[in-house]
Order: sequence, then structure tokens, then C-alpha cells
Amino acid sequence: MAIEIEQQPSAVGLSKVAVSETHGEDSPYFAGWKAYDEDPYDEHSNPSGVVQMGLAENQVSFDLLEDYLEKNSEASSWGSKGVSSFRENALFQDYHGLQPFRKAMASFMGKIRGGRAKFDPERVVLTAGATAANELLTFILADPGDALLVPTPYYPGFDRDLRWRTGVKIVPIHCDSSNDFQITPKALQAAYNAAEAKNIKVRGVLITNPSNPLGATIQRAVLEEILDFVTRKNIHLVSDEIYSGSVFSSSEFISIAEVLAAQNYKRAERVHIVYSLSKDLGLPGFRVGTIYSYNDKVVTTARRMSSFTLISSQTQHLLAAMLSDKKFTENYIKTNRERLRKRYEMIIEGLRSAGIECLKGNAGLFCWMNLSPLLEKATRGCELALWDSILHEVKLNISPGSSCHCSEPGWFRVCFANMSEQTLEVALKRIHNFMEQQRELKEMKINI
Amino acid sequence: MKMLSRKASCDSHGQDSSYFLGWQEYEKNPYHEVQNPNGIIQMGLAENQLSFDLLESWLASNSDVLGLKRNGRSVFRELALFQDYHGFPAFKNELVEFMAKLRGYKVAFDPNKLVLMAGSTSANEILMFCLAEPGEAFLLPTPYYPGFDRDLKWRTGVEIVPIHCSSSNDFRITASALEEAYQRAQKLNLIVKGVLVTNPSNPLGSTMNRDELNHLIDFAIKKEVHIISDEIYSGTVFDSPSFISITEAVMEKHVDHETDLLDRIHIVYSLSKDLGLPGFRVGMIYSNNETVVAAATKMSSFGLVSSQTQFLLSNMLSDKKFTSKYIKENQRRLKKRKDMLVSGLRSAGIGCAKSNAGLFCWVDMRYLLRSDTFEAEKELWKRIIFEVGLNISPGSSCHCSEPGWFRVCFANMSQETLKVAIRRIEAFAESSSTASGKENLSHQRSVRSSRRSLSKWVFPISSYDDHEPADR
Repeated sequence: MAIEIEQQPSAVGLSKVAVSETHGEDSPYFAGWKAYDEDPYDEHSNPSGVVQMGLAENQVSFDLLEDYLEKNSEASSWGSKGVSSFRENALFQDYHGLQPFRKAMASFMGKIRGGRAKFDPERVVLTAGATAANELLTFILADPGDALLVPTPYYPGFDRDLRWRTGVKIVPIHCDSSNDFQITPKALQAAYNAAEAKNIKVRGVLITNPSNPLGATIQRAVLEEILDFVTRKNIHLVSDEIYSGSVFSSSEFISIAEVLAAQNYKRAERVHIVYSLSKDLGLPGFRVGTIYSYNDKVVTTARRMSSFTLISSQTQHLLAAMLSDKKFTENYIKTNRERLRKRYEMIIEGLRSAGIECLKGNAGLFCWMNLSPLLEKATRGCELALWDSILHEVKLNISPGSSCHCSEPGWFRVCFANMSEQTLEVALKRIHNFMEQQRELKEMKINI
Repeated sequence: MKMLSRKASCDSHGQDSSYFLGWQEYEKNPYHEVQNPNGIIQMGLAENQLSFDLLESWLASNSDVLGLKRNGRSVFRELALFQDYHGFPAFKNELVEFMAKLRGYKVAFDPNKLVLMAGSTSANEILMFCLAEPGEAFLLPTPYYPGFDRDLKWRTGVEIVPIHCSSSNDFRITASALEEAYQRAQKLNLIVKGVLVTNPSNPLGSTMNRDELNHLIDFAIKKEVHIISDEIYSGTVFDSPSFISITEAVMEKHVDHETDLLDRIHIVYSLSKDLGLPGFRVGMIYSNNETVVAAATKMSSFGLVSSQTQFLLSNMLSDKKFTSKYIKENQRRLKKRKDMLVSGLRSAGIGCAKSNAGLFCWVDMRYLLRSDTFEAEKELWKRIIFEVGLNISPGSSCHCSEPGWFRVCFANMSQETLKVAIRRIEAFAESSSTASGKENLSHQRSVRSSRRSLSKWVFPISSYDDHEPADR
């Protein structure tokens, strides 16, 4: 995938970081986007275009947000009586973040976890997106040349976010379908050993829970095992819980925060949670991310470092109002969850009737689809060939497992929440037809 | 506990410097006209609070934009999803137009060469990541903005080597100072990748003159290094001489066809000072260098500007009538404030560097020092905080090579508060002259005036000796 290519600095003398490929933008993950950009599907103007199923966006609950904004215009402005609070807001660049917003975020995070974990606003550090939060934590927890262990398959963006400017390495924790891609102590140890063998110092484990691209939550027992592992090795644990509000059924998500609470926060100092409003609220454009750390030094340092990536005070002001509205947030969380579940069921059913199985999922904006039966050989090359034909013949942009560093070829991440229901129907129909063709081709081969 | 990275454990964030300690004292005891009239007045914050009413009135007549509507139709969804690191096209178009306007349309900018990120704090750091390896260096003229120690060095591992400037020539950059800094870097085994200047200067409050710019350009050509010109205060030039941007200076030198210098010129800008919107986090890099633009664009992912804010400001800046009025009126108000502070200081017997821009004055308090040392400067600074009740920035925090200079901000408070501050300074200056005991007043004055004559650009001696208070 994204390989570090050592290049000579250009004639005008740029840094290695500037000319390296570690931003990972030449992978298929991004190539598919290009094909979509050149020929995007539109129900009316381009019904045979490429349907974008590679973008993990949540577009199913915008009406709820729009409704809120319509009824609460003062959240978008600064009031009209007396000296407006516009000035105060326009000047506010304190890296502690707007207190009402931090408070609202902490409370929202608690609500998402069904009240099973409480968050202290004083530990909330704000950043412009989870992209920034993950990079920032990496700068704080590891030195250049050190490594973070990350279970595969993982979000392709991590190659850039965790490694590019930090100089930190990712060592994969290999997971496979034999146990639904769950993280095992054996896999953790194997990854740790692999790093040690190369003389690379491991500084922490980074998990995404619920997982991207699996679309499934991590079980309590597994979380406890991971916590045991990082404690034994005396390293950090970062839990990216960006999809925590996208779990279809609230009771199925167990946050690392709950595991810590159950243990009276005994080993909490090494644990840090990343969150963002980009997926749950569908607001990636507003750049709202947060680091929640149980470690005081990390909180202080992260706060100072957040100077490089503060959230617009205008946006903090709007969201402080929105997330403080109990009625709105409770209704939103519930409704959004329900709609995502419905979409998930629709796509799973559609795929199943086309003869395609997916990993059992319970969260996220995508499903993890198994097309390995279609591969001639279980190789990355065959997977990419299949991906290419799905992109150019079926006209669907989906993400090949290899771009997520999956060790088993044939798996694909398919997004379902970034389009209308009609578009999803169209996509499912195309997949259906494609699978029919595949079956006919196979039969022809057998008969020859 | 377990170790954090070296970056987390070091002090390169610079937060223990005096620059920040003054803020802490202010936070403990902040001035308030009614509630705490004896509190500390914040004069260490380079904010522009003078023209909010103009922004507010624009907002009041454009509530649609706040409601995220365009032509009556909601664009909320579009904005909510917009996280393209190429930036909102309409916004970039307006920004390059605005930047050209601030330069009197002497230069034109291409929106495709503009990269947006969350504040110039982020922009400066990104340029370091793009132009230098850890351990390499950039030359910066002193005195410089204290935040650079963190912004340029902390996470990048890049070093700053100062270009020493002195009051003997108004702190102007000279060819020999550039060369001397370069040699010093060589001796320290540091590879110099470029020079970073702030123009107009913080903390001097003055624009660079043509000589300085030419020295800089000659140096960059000869040594084949980059020039970063942080022009964050370009909209605050309120007096002559007019602002000469790096782009204009290079064009006038007609060097473009001879060298690849253009590929090594990068401008940083932001709306934090000119529009007084630091909270909105709008910064940018402008570069002719395609590779830098490409890399910076990807790096901006780590600090994009909120689409909600991009939408608001692209609309505001598209209102040309408004921007013209704003620029002019804002500059007029800044000049008035600066004049007020300068004459207030003068009547207290204190001089400033001649300035034509910025949100602060560079004040000469050398004669108030017990000795010509930074220890004495620190003592004086503490006295000013605790006895006079003003938080001002000591020159040492700006790496000034001469003790006794202070940056004093004038645009982050009401006119009334500035008057209170001036009265306190006057009282302090009086008591300083009497408190020294046996020496009589006239001896003090002649000592001060002889020191003053060493720096010819301060007020003519006569105006001081006349003992006539200037306009208050």
C-alpha cells in the first residue's frame, strides 16, 4: 500500500516529508474517488454513472439538524440585544476551548454510551477533526521511529495521519475471518514481537471501536484483554470511538471508558479516547474532533498542541447550543441509530439475495463484504482486478480490503449511508446483475 | 507513568517564558472599568478590537449567510459535508482578491496557489514541515513574535537562528547581519533552509523598506534558500511609507527569469489581525512552488477551516463595498489609537520606535533600567505589572538583543482603558524620576535626553524639553 519512498529532495530543497509518498494518496482508496469524480452517478442527469460507495459519510439524518437550525437561529448568530457576543466569540482563540461546548461534548459522549460512562469536560481537548486528534496523540505518545500497533483491517487514512509528519511507524496486528477479525492476545503479541525483531520501540496500541472498516463493535472481553496487554507492556492505548454514535443498538457498544470505570480507573493513565462529530452528526465539514485523556500530562500537552488545529469559535458556539439541547440530542441519537440500522438491513438483505455474505456488523456507515469466492486466486492482485472491474463495469466505487491492509484478499468495504435509498436500490440492483453474470460465466466455464 | 514522547516532555512549546507569565498575572487580576478598576490592564495581546461594529452591522444585514442560506435556499448539507482540503472555491477567490486589494493591486494572486488552514500558527508550522528537516534552521530577524519559538520549532524539530538587529538603525535588516547569522549557523553545523520575516513587523510595528527587502532577496538568491514572508499585519498599515510586499519587491528586481527564486517565496496570511477574527481560525499559505502547494494542501487536513466559517467569510469578502470601507476605516482607527498611545508615552518622557502598522508600539524604556541588562529589564517588567498594573511584553521574550524595549498593544481595549493605562504610565514615569532620590529633576531629564539623542529616530529632544504635553 502506501510505501515510504525515499526521494531526493527537489532542486529547490524541500523536506523529505514534503516529497514522500507517506500521505498515501496514490492508493486505490483514492484512485476510486477519481473515477467517481469523473463520472458521478445522478438519478436524473447521469443514471449510468459511478455510485460512490467508498465514502463513509452519514447523510441519513440531516433533516433533524436542519430542523434544529431552523428552530434555533440564535445558535447560528450571536444575539441582537446589547453588545453582541459576536466580539467575544470572534476573539475567542483559547486552546481550552469554549467551556459550554466542552461541557456539551462531554455530556453528548456520555449520552451516546447510554449513561454508562461519564466524561469530565476538563479532560476534553478540542481539535479540528479526528484526523488532527490522531496525529496529535501520535506526536505526544511516540518519537520518530517508534511504532503504534494497529489491528488490520484499518482505515486507510491512518497511514497518513499516524505516520506522515510524525515519523512514527504502524505495525499491523493481523486479524482474519476465522474469528470474525477479532483481536486476539496471540495477534497482539505477534505484532509486538515483529516490532521488537526490527528494533522498533512500541509505544501503544490504537484501536477503532466500533471498527472501520468492519462495521462491528469490539467485545468487552477483547477490550479487557487489550487493556491487560498494554498494561503488561507498559504502553498506551488509543481508542478511536468516532463511530460510537452509529451503533445500531445502544446496548451493544462497550466503550473503553466503561471498562475503565468498571475497574475504578485503575489503569486509566495510559488510555486516550478520540472522538469527532463527523460521522455521528454527519458534520465532517465543521472540523470537530476531540481527545479525551485520563492522563493529566497528555491533556495539558494536547491542549497546547491543539493551537495548531483549533476549532472555529463560530462552530463551537453553534454546536455548544445544539449539543446542550437535551431534547434534540436524545431524539437525534435515537433516530439516527434507527435509520442507520434500517439502511444496514436493507443492504445486507440486498447483498444476501445476490448471493453475497457480509461480516455480521452492528455499527458504522458501511458493511464488510466477502467477495473472496469470486477470486480466481486468493491474492491481492486478483482482489484489485475484481475491484477494478466493479469500478469500471458495475460502476460502483467500493474500497478493496488491501487498501485497509487486510491480510485476507477478497473483502470489500461498502458504504450505505452517504446516498439516498433510491440510489442504494440502484447499486444493489447492479450488484445483483453482476453476481448473475458471474454465476453464468462460472457455469459456462464448467460446461466447457 | 510511562514515558511520553520527547516532544511532549520538552519545553519547546515555550509556555514557560515571560510572554506567557505576564498573561497569568493578568488572569489573576484583570482590569475592569467598574468591577476592578485597579486591576492589571492587558497590553500584551495583539488583538484588533477596533472595528467590530463594522462587522456586526454587516452581519445584521446579512442574516441569511449566518443561517447558512444562499438565495433563500439552505446550503447546510453542502457545507456540513464539505471537507475538501482544496478549500471552498468562492472563499479562495475572495481571499486572493482581498490580498491584492491590500497591496494596492500592485500584485495579483492565483487562488490555485492558495492553501487554507486553521490560522497562521498552523500555516507557519506547515511551511517548516515542507521546507526543512528536523535539525535544519531558519533565520529570523530579532526582535520576533515569541510564538515562533513554538510554532516553528516544537513539533518540526527545526531550529531558529536569530539575525541580530539593533536600534542603531531602527532594527532594520542589513546584509551584514544576514551574513553574520548565516555564518553563526554554519559554525553550529546547522543547514540554513531559509529566512522568515514578518512584514509588517511584529513587534516593531513597521513595514520593511526597499533596502531591507533587496538585501533579503539578494541573500536568498546567493545562498539558494527560501523566503517566508508572514504578512499577517498587511491590512493594518495605517501610515506611510506604504507597504511593499515580498511579491512586489521581487517583481521590481526583475530576477524571476534569472533564478528559480520565485519557487522559494512563500507568503503567510490570516484574517486574525486585519479582520479581528482570531477565533475563526483562518490562515493561509500562498506559494508559487507546486510541490509546496501540493504538500501543504495535504497537510492542511490536520487543520482545515470550518466550512461554516468559510461560507460566512466568503460572503463577507465578496461585498466589495464593505471591504473597501472596512479596510479604510480600520486603518484610520488604528492610526488614531497609535497616535494616542505615542503622545501619551511622550508626555511621560517615553519614546517609541517610529511605526506605521500593526496593533502595538515598540517602546523604549532603556533609560528606566537600573542597568543595561536583561535582569534589569525583567525587574522593570515586573514593576510595570505589579506597581503600574500593565501587562506589556518585554523585549527579551521577543529575543531582542538590547535590553529595555517593550511591546505595548493599543488595539485590544476601549479608548477609556487606554487613557487609564496612559495615566498610570505617566504617574510611574514621574515617580521614577522622583524616587531616585537625591538627583534633581533637571539632571534626570538631561541624562534621559542625552541617551535619547543616541537614537535619532525617537522624538526630537526639543519636544521633550519643552515639557508640553502632547494631545492626550
